[in-house]
Amino acid sequence: MTKASIEARGDLRLTRLTKSYGDFTAVDDLTLTIPKGSFFALLGPSGCGKTTTLRMIAGLEEPTAGSIHLGETDITTTKPYQRPINTVFQNYALFPHLTIFENIAFGLRRRGQKDVKEAVDKVLNLVELPHLAERKPTQLSGGQQQRIALARAIVNRPALLLLDEPLGALDLKLRRQMQIELKWIQKEVGLTFVHVTHDQEEAMTMADTIAVMNEGQIEQMGSPADLYDNPETAYVANFLGQSNLIKGTISGNDGDSLIVDLYGQKIALPKNRSHAIDNSTYAGIRPEKFRISLLETPVHGNVLTGGRIEDVSYIGVSTQYQVEMPWGQELMVFEQNDDGVAPFNKGDAVNISWAPTFTFALRGDEDVTAGSEVQPEDIDEE
Amino acid sequence: MSQKIKDATIPTIPLGGRIQRWIGRNLIRFYAIFAFTYLFIPVAYTFAFSFNDSGKSNLIWKGFTLGNWQNPCGAPEVCSALGNSIKIGFLATFFSTILGTMIAFAIGRHKFRGRSTSNLLIFLPMATPEIVMGASLLSLFLVFKINPGFWPTVIAHIVFCISFVVVTVKARIASLDPRLEQAAMDLYANEFETFRRVTLPLVAPGIAGAALLAFSLSFDDFIITNFNSGTLTTFPKFIYVSAARGIPAQANVIGSAMFFLALTIVIVGQLVNRRKG
Amino acid sequence: MGKIRTPYLLLLPGFGFLFTFFILPIINLAQTSTQTKIAGGDTGQYEQTLHFRNYIDAFVENKEQFGRSFLYATIATVLALAIAYPLAYAIAFKAGKYKNLLLVLVVAPFFTSFLLRTIAWKQILGEEGFVVPTLRSLGIISQSTTLTSTSFAVVMGMTYNFLPFMTLPLFASIDRIDPRTLEASGDLYANGLTTFRRVTLPLSMPGVVAGTLLTFIPAAGDYVNAAILGNPNTKMLGNVIESRYFKIVDYPTAAALSFTLMAAILILVTLYIRKAGTEELV
Repeated sequence: MTKASIEARGDLRLTRLTKSYGDFTAVDDLTLTIPKGSFFALLGPSGCGKTTTLRMIAGLEEPTAGSIHLGETDITTTKPYQRPINTVFQNYALFPHLTIFENIAFGLRRRGQKDVKEAVDKVLNLVELPHLAERKPTQLSGGQQQRIALARAIVNRPALLLLDEPLGALDLKLRRQMQIELKWIQKEVGLTFVHVTHDQEEAMTMADTIAVMNEGQIEQMGSPADLYDNPETAYVANFLGQSNLIKGTISGNDGDSLIVDLYGQKIALPKNRSHAIDNSTYAGIRPEKFRISLLETPVHGNVLTGGRIEDVSYIGVSTQYQVEMPWGQELMVFEQNDDGVAPFNKGDAVNISWAPTFTFALRGDEDVTAGSEVQPEDIDEE
Repeated sequence: MSQKIKDATIPTIPLGGRIQRWIGRNLIRFYAIFAFTYLFIPVAYTFAFSFNDSGKSNLIWKGFTLGNWQNPCGAPEVCSALGNSIKIGFLATFFSTILGTMIAFAIGRHKFRGRSTSNLLIFLPMATPEIVMGASLLSLFLVFKINPGFWPTVIAHIVFCISFVVVTVKARIASLDPRLEQAAMDLYANEFETFRRVTLPLVAPGIAGAALLAFSLSFDDFIITNFNSGTLTTFPKFIYVSAARGIPAQANVIGSAMFFLALTIVIVGQLVNRRKG
Repeated sequence: MGKIRTPYLLLLPGFGFLFTFFILPIINLAQTSTQTKIAGGDTGQYEQTLHFRNYIDAFVENKEQFGRSFLYATIATVLALAIAYPLAYAIAFKAGKYKNLLLVLVVAPFFTSFLLRTIAWKQILGEEGFVVPTLRSLGIISQSTTLTSTSFAVVMGMTYNFLPFMTLPLFASIDRIDPRTLEASGDLYANGLTTFRRVTLPLSMPGVVAGTLLTFIPAAGDYVNAAILGNPNTKMLGNVIESRYFKIVDYPTAAALSFTLMAAILILVTLYIRKAGTEELV
């Protein structure tokens, strides 16, 4: 049985997976398929259940209910060392008493593999650190430790590689660089990567598919572009980037479009971008999709009139405006500085316009602040 | 030139104030020097009097000699007492380290019913005055008609060493990152291999420290030994008994030698640790 | 199933040993403490008569030594704290790269037998030592004043012997304090004294509690310092228990005294820990 499980290959299937600690349910009836060879991200704030899910896949936690399959093999209760799955741990967990070489060789030696030296040298070259083989982990920088932790895992050629906040301990610049490298390595070795993070930018840069988790369940799953452009819930709309959500009523149809009444002004949006269940809705528009214009300038598409610029923040590549609308709500607008200067000033009376295809509609009973109180960047680890 | 400008523009603090500030800043250093002097006066005295050409009673300075160091076993009983102390020390260290380490792993690595009771049972021997422990153990031996001597002393030493071993090793286990063991399991090491290749090597310095502590506690113990050793003489007992009629300078030689030996072991150990990083 | 049994299997040998050679002797001691002499029996022959008066007799007879044990132990603990705290603080914050070396030096005197060191104090402070003649010629003490065989010498010896027990836990907890919290306190308008009282001391409290316990408990049961550095009027409870055992062979009284000592220490320690757990002590 050991033999069978350790050689299992194929898609990872989580079926009705649940993990409870007393009254607290960390992971709640989760069903999910991660296709072989994909780069999959579990994204969510601290305490959303993403790390617990990862630990159950690794075999470090036993599920309360449900099952985990790798290909056709049930590995729900298999010991961690009998699964063809390796983990890059948060803070790396390199063995401080072993050299870098022995750290990487650890898994190969346990499985009695031959040609350990060759395999270790090869993977050290892949992460571009062959000169560090005889050092101890404490003599390495954070970025180097990160690569060694990755090398130690991928050298075993697992069916599945789990990454637990792998870049959390690195500074911003190094993190950006490692994001690109990780993506490259995943392509190079062709393994399935499952990546857990609270950092939406990290998830969007690397993953083919992102599952946004909230309170032990998957809120929405899809490609980074899908999730960003067409979020299905306020939680996703707010957790991935920023959104303007405006209360409205669906007042009619126009071919493939829905007509929505926003405080007396009518706008249109494609039907397939509406997730409302009745007439009451929130219309959502990303700040960079808005265009600002002075009252006399002609505009196309959806228009909201009667705005007044409340605040202007110049941040180099773009300028951020706060525009107060007649109903009291302040909308956020990002304008590219293609002309070099911010063309509008505080106090200007303006209209706001955007293309109808950039609009999405959420259910009218949503909590519009969901997902926005959590500032993903501020949370270090769970 | 620039020096002149400085002198001219920056008002100087009066000398008295500067001295006061210097003393204030360094007060804690003076204090530390005073404390170290207090700690080392008797050690220095013992060392100095190991060179005393004293004859039997090493009370008054009578002249310098290397004779005591050349012939440390010159005084009757000194070396047999020392030998007993070393033998007892090794046995007590060996057994208390094994038993204590097992307890430390049980308490530090497992959740089980009776864990807090176990902690209490480890704390109690440390909170019991030595004299009570020594006297009670002697009473037990007398009830079972076991004569005090070598093995009763070894047993007594194991009893008071175990708690210190448990506390030392447990602290080391607690400072261990659980992710290291998880990483080993993740890398195909089963429970036994994880213990042998990751847990044990990482806890080893704690176990070595505990063994060193146990040996020094055992070697230096007098009160409990005095109750349970009967006619057997250990090194501390030898000193206590001969204090009345004067301690031979050879005892100072052994005491000083132990001091330098232990100091060397500790310093070399630290250097090796630093090398290893 | 094996998982549940593992901790118990690990505990079994050690706890079996402790039960046989620590708990059982204590139970036996309790049993001895209420015995009385067998009528017409030899010295050292006793029978169980549940004579609880032994406790009252033993206490009344030795209440002076009792009081002295706790008084001396308390003074020695306070003195050791006063010496060890600044020392531990200096090692933790002022020693720089010599931190480990200085820490080794604190423990180093340990390696010379404590009896040798105690006897060295006796000789240093004795009539033939250099301290007494110097102080006399300087007029600091009168010609008839001696330093050995006094309560001063006993307390000083105890303070000396238990100093490392105080210093090490203090160092451990002071060393853990992030020096930035002290700077933050200064930044928030606290002067040196206030910073110490409001930040350093509260943060080092675990060390203070551990250190005072590790000093007080052995000090209260000690009899070696009193025997070497004291006189008949500085006898502590330990001296009485020792002589009851070895010289008078009065096991029940010795047992009753031992038990009273242990109970008193346990009660004091419990009260102390409870008090130290609250804000009041800080």
